[in-house]
Amino acid sequence: MGAPEPHGGLDRDTIVAVATAPGQAGVGIVRVSGPDARAIGQRIGGLPLPARQALYRRFRDGSGEVIDSGVLLYFAAPRSFTGEDVVEFQGHGGPVVLAMLTEEVLRSGARLARPGEFTERAFQNGKLDLAQAEAVADLIAGASEAAVRGANRSLSGAFSERVHEIDARVVDLRVFIEAAIDFPDEEIDLLADGQVAERLSWIREALVRLRADCAQGVKLRDGIRLAIVGAPNVGKSSLLNRLLGEARAIVTDIPGTTRDLIHADLDLDGLPVEIVDTAGLRVSADAVEAEGVRRALLQAEQADIVLLVSALDTNERSVGHPSDEPVPEGIDPDRVIFVLNKLDLTADPESVRAEVRTEDRVAISATTGEGLDELRSRIRERAGFVPGGNLFTARQRHLLALDRARSATDQALALAADSLPGELIAEELRAVHAALGEIVGEMSSDALLGEIFSRFCIGK
Amino acid sequence: MDHPDSFDVIVIGAGHAGCEAAAAAARVGARTLLLTQAVETIGQMSCNPAIGGIGKSHLVREIDALDGLMGRAADMAGIQLRVLNASKGPAVRATRAQADRALYRQAIRQLLDGQENLLIFQQTVVDLVVEETVGGRRVAGVVTQMGLTFRAAAVVLTTGTFLGGRIHVGLSNHPGGRAGDAPSNALAERLRALPFRVDRLKTGTPPRIDGRTVDFSVMDVQPGDEPTPVLSFMHENTGSAHDVGTLERPRQVPCYITQTNATTHDIIRAGLDRSPLFTGVIEGTGPRYCPSIEDKVVRFQDRIQHQVFVEPEGLTTSELYPNGISTSLPFDVQIALVRSIRGFESAHITRPGYAIEYDFFDPRDLEYSLETKSVEGLFFAGQINGTTGYEEAGAQGLLAGLNAARKVAGQPSWCPRRDEAYLGVLVDDLITLGTNEPYRMFTSRAEFRLRLREDNADQRLTPVGRDLGLVGASRWRMFSGKRAALEALHAALERVNLNPGTTLALSLEGVTGEQITRESPLGAYIRRPGVSLTSIAPVLSAALGVDLPEGVTTQAEIEIKYEGYIRRQDEEIAKIRRHESIELPRGLAYDKVSGLSRELAEKLNATRPATLARASRIPGMTPAALSLLLVHAKKMRASAVILEQTAD
Repeated sequence: MGAPEPHGGLDRDTIVAVATAPGQAGVGIVRVSGPDARAIGQRIGGLPLPARQALYRRFRDGSGEVIDSGVLLYFAAPRSFTGEDVVEFQGHGGPVVLAMLTEEVLRSGARLARPGEFTERAFQNGKLDLAQAEAVADLIAGASEAAVRGANRSLSGAFSERVHEIDARVVDLRVFIEAAIDFPDEEIDLLADGQVAERLSWIREALVRLRADCAQGVKLRDGIRLAIVGAPNVGKSSLLNRLLGEARAIVTDIPGTTRDLIHADLDLDGLPVEIVDTAGLRVSADAVEAEGVRRALLQAEQADIVLLVSALDTNERSVGHPSDEPVPEGIDPDRVIFVLNKLDLTADPESVRAEVRTEDRVAISATTGEGLDELRSRIRERAGFVPGGNLFTARQRHLLALDRARSATDQALALAADSLPGELIAEELRAVHAALGEIVGEMSSDALLGEIFSRFCIGK
Repeated sequence: MDHPDSFDVIVIGAGHAGCEAAAAAARVGARTLLLTQAVETIGQMSCNPAIGGIGKSHLVREIDALDGLMGRAADMAGIQLRVLNASKGPAVRATRAQADRALYRQAIRQLLDGQENLLIFQQTVVDLVVEETVGGRRVAGVVTQMGLTFRAAAVVLTTGTFLGGRIHVGLSNHPGGRAGDAPSNALAERLRALPFRVDRLKTGTPPRIDGRTVDFSVMDVQPGDEPTPVLSFMHENTGSAHDVGTLERPRQVPCYITQTNATTHDIIRAGLDRSPLFTGVIEGTGPRYCPSIEDKVVRFQDRIQHQVFVEPEGLTTSELYPNGISTSLPFDVQIALVRSIRGFESAHITRPGYAIEYDFFDPRDLEYSLETKSVEGLFFAGQINGTTGYEEAGAQGLLAGLNAARKVAGQPSWCPRRDEAYLGVLVDDLITLGTNEPYRMFTSRAEFRLRLREDNADQRLTPVGRDLGLVGASRWRMFSGKRAALEALHAALERVNLNPGTTLALSLEGVTGEQITRESPLGAYIRRPGVSLTSIAPVLSAALGVDLPEGVTTQAEIEIKYEGYIRRQDEEIAKIRRHESIELPRGLAYDKVSGLSRELAEKLNATRPATLARASRIPGMTPAALSLLLVHAKKMRASAVILEQTAD
């Protein structure tokens, strides 16, 4: 092999990722590689930072608040794993702490590493030999498949729909603006109509709302709040006990047993979850129970995820397409996972389970535990928490992309307000579109032209 | 027999690609022969006689910045010139020249005749001399109809729509390269036998109309701009020695606009059963942006009218080009539809409209130099690469002619990058993505659109053009003068401080109406949104004691106001350049790369990108896939080194 190329990597920016396996391990490592690694190490872990020495440090965020404390290591290029400057923060390992550390590194100017990117850089910088190259290729291939799966999961349901909707509006606006620019003789002049600002405002509002809703879903620092609601005696408390693995709630066959709220904390593969089990939702003459129902609804409204539990019909061999429990008023349907309990009492649990399964519906048996793993993974997905990667999942990348889209939209609005040339607004919109494209897939300039030709009769 | 003279570069075809190719090759010193079927039609505008327009004028300015012909000829032949998109910003601002067809031919002929190292010969080429070499094939010359062989190490093929051309009017069709000209079928056969991927495209023209039978009084008038704009930098006022004085503009005339109507559309619908387009006679794909009138009527049924731009073909002819009603409907339908249009009630058609189908070669079989991958020394430019438009053709011609000459001289090829020129965008799009419709330039194809402006084409390309030997002494002198003036102005703006209350400040306030309240460098003052350098130029000129011609202030102003945007793109461009330096091995079997989706592997196999940067522009490409390619490329190179070492 020839001399290592000085900068063999695709990009010469600084990358970061959690380097240890996820979960509540004893030690967690956040690894940073690239030209800014040392500066970032100093910013978070303090001065001085000599190479190849284990330093016990406090890791602080931008405001000086301590995130964690642990060992800080600096390896100067080329004597490091990747061949670049590398800094490692070895902290206490909890996923939330690691996420906060990673976030702080990102704020300092690094970007999230792609799957396998550290190894790839090591390879490009001549740190691995040819025999290892195959393994590197496989690693990247495998990791990118995992990332695609992660992205698909993250893109499930409402989030994906909303991004697509915003993206479609961006395409609409771009089609008009680009058509007005490239075909000035065709009497398409949205730019002159003053509609641009209005449409941009819509896009901005939608991005802001979506971002806010997403942030609610990923309360990594505080964990998430989960409410279990449903009619009496469908097995809410049994479900809670299953999730907790202990008999916390009183489980009887008398409807309305749980008259008060039960709070419990659960560690779901490192994701902190606060569970609220509620009284059954039914109209009751009993004043205490009625109060319980009212409070149950209030809890459900404030929860990040709502498990709406109902019981499967035990007479049917197959459930066909069961109609879901109606979502009680005040609860955001996007946060609901429909849980169909008492799978063990159906005639053919296997096929019922398969038939019931959708993105937001899962059949379980709180008694036998069947379907519980599936439910747990649905909860994690909903929270944007995908174990097997680090806390910064594909979803997190999406949030960063949304932020970029937002800021370019702001720029475009400012330009529109100052009546600056249309080509500048077009440039910002291109950036908005590219950022959303990271989530929903990129649109080529030729495809955009195709949209123009299909909507307007262009051509002399 | 062999022709007794020897040449370095032979250009086949004297359309817009051929003329630029021949002139470019000759400019850099190659002994060049331009072969044409008919000397009279050199520089012929087969479609409508107009040069420029959005995206296209940008190409013209780039050709001009490299001392090509098109911009100068358009200025010499322009009879109605307009600046489009004036209010949408300097990057998308574009000049369009309606030209006198005869004057344009004359201008091109005059420029070719003034070119050293360039000879013209009239004879149809029927064959290429192709030699087998160790690694493949090499072109060695051409054979003409009468059996005459011309030898040259490089041949540029710019045969436009002449290869396998077939003209359709209604359901009848006949072979033809252009109305009135024969196609080059022998050559088409010969090329089809070489390992190129060939496909068919289609384009069309409207019927031409005798202006003496048209009532202009019922149409909208579309006059040219005052003062008459120019396309060539050589004709711009940039203060230094320039040719403005020597350019004689032809008389300027207006264009007219009329519309189709419900009757027209009924006539068209009634004739669809005899349309070659709608009965499946035509197989080739037409352009989405230049549909025939029958296409427009069928696809946009809710439109009650379509615009028709009535453009003069020249000052000495009464023929008109009704832009917007391109058609291949039968002639009786053409007459009826034309006469249903306001102002055309008693119009006489001088030439029927027609559609033409022709061969084109998959441009993915080309290198950046426009040399074919499978036959060394053979270059393709213009419509045979699947493009449409004089400007797209001319730009490719210039590049192919230059690179053919460089090849013969043993020099490396040259092609601008996407962030440097529309020419770069054009070639990169073609050879990376191929095309399935006649490719036309649009500004929206350029991701670095804000940099690729008409105004700075000379700044972007003239210096490199000078290094390549393309740019002659007079243009270089002019350019250098403009550049010096720009640099002096920029320097003065950063050097001079503007203080409130001074004479300069007061006179500036008088022009802009904006208060100057605190001290700042002049440059910072000009960055303010409400201040226009062009409007304060007279005041500055007096205060700084420098000459500030309009060409210079306009340019400086854009550079200052767009600085932030330009800088923002620098990082993206730096990344592309790194990717460009990473070559992908030719023999990489993409379907064997594990982890690549089958779709991507197929696209990569079809395109065979030479660099990682090109691979990154294939639609659907992902960062992870690029990483994979990178690893495999490096692995293959490393294996090759080991093999060599073992062999030693």
